[in-house]
Amino acid sequence: MLGEGILKGLAETARNFLGSYVSKDRLTTVQFPEERLPHIEAARSFPFLVYDGEDWQQGMRCVSCLICEKECPPKCIFIEKSKDKKPDAIGKPQFYPVAFNIDVSVCMSCQICVEVCPFDAIKMDIEFELSTNDRFGGLLWNKERLAKPNTYYGEIHPTEAAAVDAQLAEERAKLEAKAKLAAEAKAATVAAPPAQPLRETSEPTEGSGA
Amino acid sequence: MTVSFFILAALTIAGTVAAMSLRNLVHCILALTLGFAGLAALYLQLGAQFVGFTQILVYVGAVAILAMFAIMMTQRAGAVAQPASSSSRTRGWITGGMTAGAVFAVLAWAIHASAALPQTLPPQALPSQPDAGVRAIGNALMHGFVLPLEIMGLLLTAALIGAVLVAMQEKQEMP
Amino acid sequence: MPEMVDQIFVICKHWLLGFAPAGVQPIFSALLSVVPVLVVFPLLFAITTVLERKGLGRIQNRYGPNRVGPCGFFQPIADAIKSLAKEDVVPDTADRVAHFLAPLLLVAAAFLAYAVLPIGRNMVVANLNAGVLFFFAVGSMVELAVFMAGWASRSKYSLLGAMRAIAQMISYEVPLVLASVVVIMAAGSLSTVAIVNAQASYTGIWPHWFVFTPWGFAGFVLFMIAATAESNRSPFDLPEGESEIIAGYYIEYSGFKFALFFLGEYLGMFATSGMAITLFLGGWAAPFSFLTWIPSYVWFFAKLLTLIAGFIWIRGTLPRLRMDQLMNFAWKFMLPMTLLNIFTAGVWHFTPAGYARWLVCVALVVAPFLLLSRGLQQEKKYGMRSYRFAE
Repeated sequence: MLGEGILKGLAETARNFLGSYVSKDRLTTVQFPEERLPHIEAARSFPFLVYDGEDWQQGMRCVSCLICEKECPPKCIFIEKSKDKKPDAIGKPQFYPVAFNIDVSVCMSCQICVEVCPFDAIKMDIEFELSTNDRFGGLLWNKERLAKPNTYYGEIHPTEAAAVDAQLAEERAKLEAKAKLAAEAKAATVAAPPAQPLRETSEPTEGSGA
Repeated sequence: MTVSFFILAALTIAGTVAAMSLRNLVHCILALTLGFAGLAALYLQLGAQFVGFTQILVYVGAVAILAMFAIMMTQRAGAVAQPASSSSRTRGWITGGMTAGAVFAVLAWAIHASAALPQTLPPQALPSQPDAGVRAIGNALMHGFVLPLEIMGLLLTAALIGAVLVAMQEKQEMP
Repeated sequence: MPEMVDQIFVICKHWLLGFAPAGVQPIFSALLSVVPVLVVFPLLFAITTVLERKGLGRIQNRYGPNRVGPCGFFQPIADAIKSLAKEDVVPDTADRVAHFLAPLLLVAAAFLAYAVLPIGRNMVVANLNAGVLFFFAVGSMVELAVFMAGWASRSKYSLLGAMRAIAQMISYEVPLVLASVVVIMAAGSLSTVAIVNAQASYTGIWPHWFVFTPWGFAGFVLFMIAATAESNRSPFDLPEGESEIIAGYYIEYSGFKFALFFLGEYLGMFATSGMAITLFLGGWAAPFSFLTWIPSYVWFFAKLLTLIAGFIWIRGTLPRLRMDQLMNFAWKFMLPMTLLNIFTAGVWHFTPAGYARWLVCVALVVAPFLLLSRGLQQEKKYGMRSYRFAE
């Protein structure tokens, strides 16, 4: 009969309407500024630059290799390479970015820069309350705005960060061992003829983001 | 002959003149609607509520929309008509003027000859309020003029059925 | 004392009128009648928007707006400030005059309809002999405004929306008028005041509302369906279907003109609801004889809010119809039902009172309903879809 389905639908919506006043479990809304959902580990918003230690300028992992700048699909990264070198996260002397800008109004959060970075220097942030009243300057983030400590990275992506830290520690240990070996060899060459030259087997580091 | 009559008359005439002289056809219809509305207001001023509201309901609500649809379906809406050549314009003026004159003459004669208008009447003997109410019209239609009403109804039904048939033929052609 | 409270606004008006000099009294009297309507119903619109959003939210198990003011009840103020402060964008190719006039005409037509609604005892702006006719005449002006808006915007969406709106409004105006004819037959008058007076008496405690007769009930339901379609509300919101043509005929309007369209639409809804109350639900009359001490205008607004709640409920329940369903429903169901309903009312009028009359009239309403609804449900059986070009 015509109208039967309409009445059924009306009954259903009436049940919803009254039920939402009776039982709180029906209301799934999270009232945002006061209530917040726990953040999801796989969440990502925009990239940030990781630094080790306390000083963001000293500990910045970025070596200004420009890979991310070239790979970025919307071309939102701008890097200016330094002329001099300074030791990087694992202790090798490397270049560093004099300027590192990301235009987040252009960024599309694709995470490709994170995937291609061989130095685990750029990672995805989860911060999303980014509104600003300056739509040009306010959305062009410089090196200082982008730099965040490794501990922060550990907080927002714990699993990933642990893997990255382990790998970096391994490499650092390897480098130290190599330096030690080199020092021993040097000491040995003073006494004895040179031994076989040691071959460094540096594996390409891969970002472990997913 | 009050101020409001002159205002309404001016509005009606302005609307109809604009309807004839504007180049954009949709604008013409809108101006014509203004004319219809002014006419309805004139009826209301004369105390003929039923006629006035029917004028709005039928002309403003239906005829204007119908004319719009007709324009939209026959040519590009909002197309600006080309100004006519001077010779055809003169011809148009003459034909239009003659038609208007003829219609006006017939109307004037009809009104002048009608029994409703007493020939020699002292002003105070005029009925203060002509009985043009809904009830009077209903009674007239249902008693005195039943046959014309029925014939009109039949005619309109026939037209409706014809329209449906015209619309249906197109459907049958489709596989 | 109840009479005093009931007539308080009428008394106030006469008291205020006493201050005016005799020359300007007609104008002053008109102003005193019109201004309250111009204030009360937009206020009702403001309250309705927030109640509607909260109600729809609850129907969908959400909270609805609850940020501005206590429980979000100042939301309309925020909305008003927002729409006033917005940039008024007019498309480059738009017809500026018609584009500007359309919302004004719409709101003016919507407000004019309130002239004949008796809000309380002795509370009507204009007691016209042909009040019901006036209401429908003014309602038909809305179509023109809608067309002007759609055409003047020079956008295909708005033109499509206007075409849909006009097709829908013309189709549903017929059942709307025919559904109210039964009441005019029963009351023997086109004046809204006379229609309400015809219903404002009681048998025992029960009122003589027209809705409590077979033809009146059918007429009320049909009238409300047609009124929903006339005010472009869900499930008949094809003209402004957001998922298809974005906002229909007012897509190219922004800021306050958009708000005017919104206002006009809601005012139209209130006006048709008010007409339904006047025609079928006894206008300002109390539902029981022992409740007549409550002022008449309270009853009118209580009934109005109930009908608005019904509109919101329907909107939260039903999905949008398709165009062919809309037209089929109008011409194959609504029109025959309303015509047969007129016949039923005639039968009711000319048969003596008693159970037999009830039986016959109920049968006359239910039988065509069952038959016509079966006719509507005979749908085409669709086979496998075949493609002409894609295969």
